[in-house]
Amino acid sequence: MDGISGDLNAPHSMGTTIIGVTYNGGVVLGADSRTSTGMYVANRASDKITQLTDNVYICRSGSAADSQIVSDYVRYFLHQHTIQLGQPSTVKVAANLVRLLSYNNKNMLQTGLIVGGWDKYEGGKIYGIPLGGTVLEQPFTIGGSGSTYLYGFFDQVWKEGMTQDEAEKLVVKAVSLAIARDGASGGVVRTVTINKDGVTRKFYPGNTLPLWHEELEPKDSMLDILSSASPEPMVS
Amino acid sequence: MNVADSAPAMNNLLASNADSQRTLYPYVTGTSVVGIKYKDGILLAADMGGSYGSTLRYKTVERLKSVGKHSIIGASGEISDFQEIMRYLDELILYDNMWDDGNSLGPKEVHNYLTRVMYNRRNKFNPLWNSLVLGGVKNGQKHLGTVNMIGVHYEDNHVATGFGNHLARPILRDEWHENLTFEEGVKLLEKCMRVLLYRDRSAVNKLQIARITEDGVAVFPPYSLKTFWNFNAFQNPTVGAEGSW
Repeated sequence: MDGISGDLNAPHSMGTTIIGVTYNGGVVLGADSRTSTGMYVANRASDKITQLTDNVYICRSGSAADSQIVSDYVRYFLHQHTIQLGQPSTVKVAANLVRLLSYNNKNMLQTGLIVGGWDKYEGGKIYGIPLGGTVLEQPFTIGGSGSTYLYGFFDQVWKEGMTQDEAEKLVVKAVSLAIARDGASGGVVRTVTINKDGVTRKFYPGNTLPLWHEELEPKDSMLDILSSASPEPMVS
Repeated sequence: MNVADSAPAMNNLLASNADSQRTLYPYVTGTSVVGIKYKDGILLAADMGGSYGSTLRYKTVERLKSVGKHSIIGASGEISDFQEIMRYLDELILYDNMWDDGNSLGPKEVHNYLTRVMYNRRNKFNPLWNSLVLGGVKNGQKHLGTVNMIGVHYEDNHVATGFGNHLARPILRDEWHENLTFEEGVKLLEKCMRVLLYRDRSAVNKLQIARITEDGVAVFPPYSLKTFWNFNAFQNPTVGAEGSW
């Protein structure tokens, strides 16, 4: 086995950190952007927040193939449903369609999903759909391999009825913390905010994110450091 | 150079062709449910935890639900399968109501229906991975029973699932009696739930109690139990035996 290139034929898996959060007026969905095949990063700028309808988006984690095909089917069904219904689909209907696919194919699928959106009946809603096809409507939810590092963080900082700005900052901070510790998460932080006024996508490249423990300010070159600071290097 | 993920290979060994399926293992699970008969009807208790392996992932999962006018169900095991069972039951009750003949399914009938569903799935090697408690009152008759994923079913004055069988039932065998009042019943269930909280790793401190009487169903709001840690033996347990636990 070639250790350097890693296992290029391993299934594409999104190690991932995904988050969905409700706030006073809508929802904020967030994700990292790393897709790996074994140890190799196949895509360092993936978009894991996928559109299902104008007002409903889905965060994908686990197997890239499985999550893509489930999203594609649900988008197809929702498109027809919207035509037949004559108005935008509700978030609940979208979540239930995802549940049907996840539950009825539980033996074959390996994908954890977060459905989030806004409709005029219920406002902003988040539905977590982990492995197995359980559906749980929650004020916020986290998923993907990076989420293990965030349970304590959310236990501490979560509060109901945040403003849009507070919610977005929280999501960005959380994904960035998970990226710091989870090897399977990385790249940029993407967020999608959905409310009655529509959908807004935001993009936070690594240099805009805060630095955590033992992380250093990125420089162009060591030479910059040498020229500005004292010329004596560390010697033991 | 190919180190394929072994899970799909194992899946193929266990399923003989593409169409045959089986639920291999649960993902999001609920722990014990405890139920008792009391003077006016049935009381059920369950915590609101949804575990994901060893992680206590979800802490507000409703595992007690009403079924029609005369029954309540409590579920442990795979939550997605419980959600599917609720869909079956809601459909069952709906069709029963559509007859519009003044008749309604009682707890015995619902329990029997569930038994058939669970046992038939077991025979197809595709079980609904749950242990269920079904309680109810109809025409003055109290019913309390349990069914699990392999189709084992029975009725008793007090039942439990999972850890509840080992920790709660001995307490109930000692302290249950006919004609418990509502208050006595709740205190007894809380005693059981507290022991489960101390001793079951997948228990969470947020629980619900549900009551059913001839007058109807009540699922009470979630609450938490106080716990006691001030035993002398807990203060300095290793004095005189350093290094022990």
